[in-house]
Amino acid sequence: MKILVCISNVPDTTTKITFTNDNTQFNASGVQFIVNPYDEIALSRAIELCEGGKGTVTVINVGESNTDPTIRKALAIGADDAVRVDAFPRDAYFTAFQIAQYAKSNDFDMILCGRESIDYNGSQVAAMIGEFMEIPSISIIKKLDFDGTTATIEREIEGGKEIVSVTGKFVASCAEGTAEAKIPNMRGIMSARTKPLEVVAAQEIEALAKITKFETPAPRGAVKLIPAENSEELINLLHTEAKVI
Amino acid sequence: MSVLVYVEQVDGKFKKSVFEAVSYAKAIADKQNTNLTAISIGNVADGELKELGKYGAAKVLNVANEQLNNFVNQAYAAVIAEAAKKESADLIVLSNSFSGKGLAPRIAVKLKAGLVDGAVELPNFENGFAVKKTAFSGKAFAITTLTSANKVIALNPNAFGVKESAVETVIETFSPEVKSTDLVAIVKEIVRATNKISLPDAELVVSAGRGLKGPENWGMVEELAELLGAATACSKPVSDADWRPHAEHVGQTGIAISPNLYIAIGISGAIQHLAGVSSSKVIVVINKDPEAPFFKVADYGIVGDAFEVVPKIIAALKAHKG
Ligand SMILES: Cc1cc2nc3c(=O)[nH]c(=O)nc-3n(C[C@H](O)[C@H](O)[C@H](O)COP(=O)(O)OP(=O)(O)OC[C@H]3O[C@@H](n4cnc5c(N)ncnc54)[C@H](O)[C@@H]3O)c2cc1C
Ligand SMILES: Nc1ncnc2c1ncn2[C@@H]1O[C@H](COP(=O)(O)O)[C@@H](O)[C@H]1O
Repeated sequence: MKILVCISNVPDTTTKITFTNDNTQFNASGVQFIVNPYDEIALSRAIELCEGGKGTVTVINVGESNTDPTIRKALAIGADDAVRVDAFPRDAYFTAFQIAQYAKSNDFDMILCGRESIDYNGSQVAAMIGEFMEIPSISIIKKLDFDGTTATIEREIEGGKEIVSVTGKFVASCAEGTAEAKIPNMRGIMSARTKPLEVVAAQEIEALAKITKFETPAPRGAVKLIPAENSEELINLLHTEAKVI
Repeated sequence: MSVLVYVEQVDGKFKKSVFEAVSYAKAIADKQNTNLTAISIGNVADGELKELGKYGAAKVLNVANEQLNNFVNQAYAAVIAEAAKKESADLIVLSNSFSGKGLAPRIAVKLKAGLVDGAVELPNFENGFAVKKTAFSGKAFAITTLTSANKVIALNPNAFGVKESAVETVIETFSPEVKSTDLVAIVKEIVRATNKISLPDAELVVSAGRGLKGPENWGMVEELAELLGAATACSKPVSDADWRPHAEHVGQTGIAISPNLYIAIGISGAIQHLAGVSSSKVIVVINKDPEAPFFKVADYGIVGDAFEVVPKIIAALKAHKG
């Protein structure tokens, strides 16, 4: 079995988000970049499915050379090899196209993504890969089992879940629950340095969307404190002042 | 040129977030002086389809096909893209629901359309076509400019509101061919708790964290939620410890929500938690530690022991409701 896991390179979850150049650019100075947390979940499930010599896991990233440390981290967690499509990921359409092109010429049984990247929160790449490859895509999954031919997948829906079965190639985007994120051990970290990381050129395709400006949420006014003895007062304030109940 | 809105049905009914998407699409159609058509897939009675007219859909394409009774995004995307071509629609609007997230990107590729997911405002037409969306897990907004001729927008629930704009509605049967290769994924089972308000589209949310000490203490959280007609949520450690189901976990790695009211009980307000809830319109924080970071983003705060404060609030709410 061969599994392809798509990883994006994102700011650490504790990052204070600021912008430069008149709010047109994310301020990356001093920011620590990590493997997108959901992609770690996807990768961990892929490794579990391949344990005991049942298969191999390849990670793919569309990015410039500055994402290499993040790719090495994925190799340290346990991927067997890695591919980087050497281009700035201009938008989801461009990124998904590159991944689909690579996947088409390599015979993967499944392609796993994270549910969304925590920077631009698109939730777009996985289903776009599915469409470019004309194969099923299951978004926001919480469970994935595979018996060698058929995958049984639990997908999140409002107020519940849906169980889907797929035979043949597919793409899925993984959320919490799919696996516990694995932490690299010493051996993994040592071997990551020598595992293969292939760099391939991007193929030309236009981008369709562009972020032209960022905004930060308007600061809230000061908190109105209600003394604990008068907790009842909250209901009155929510009704008459905030008008939400 | 026209606008097409996909109206997602659940058991033959439309939810508020659908009427919201129709209202949003209608507002854009009006601005562009063009028509709004809705497309519904699956088994929905005419009476329910007619409801869409209240919010401005002058035409409803009704796709009733046995094979499409369950949601399979690959096939649904093909049908919606066909409808867009038939209606010469260059803008497709849908809600950014779990299914919407799996559908919008496929429609976008089919139509070679730029996609904005998680839109929170109407497009701005001053410099092209720019839409504000959430980014960095609610820590910021990104204004995304679409440069393609065709466009897709997935609207965040509770971002725009439902706006009535009644028109006469015509229902038209639409029966495009469905390819068997688009029906490879098979829905085996749907498990839905129908008695509970679903978190992603709830207007009011009551949430609790590790401060509640254990799952046995959630009775008061549920009671408060039920009295308010609110959904319940929790912090990540609470679902990690299996005190509450994973589906209730909000924040950076959980669900991002923007209800009208978010009540946080015994939650410290870590940056990853705030990421998923900070766009709530009104935030109430109940915490015994006056230094808890959550108070910095709260509108109303009560410094006190949840086990004393919450019962008082419940009593006051009962009195308020008479
Ligand atoms: C990569 C990453 C992703 C994460 N994603 C998320 C996420 O999506 N969502 C999330 O929630 N967290 C997330 N976290 C975890 C986050 O950092 C915090 O650890 C978590 O939010 C803390 O949960 P809590 O507030 O319930 O618990 P605590 O931080 O332990 O806070 C409990 C609070 O309860 C108060 N308290 C105690 N007793 C009482 C009482 N009797 N009455 C009133 N108040 C009381 C305390 O004063 C305290 O403020 C993430 C962390 C990482 C590293
Ligand atoms: N630049 C990228 N390179 C490889 N995979 C990516 C990239 N961007 C996004 N992905 C994958 O697509 C998922 C969804 O990303 P997004 O659509 O950007 O929210 C991520 O969790 C990754 O698995």
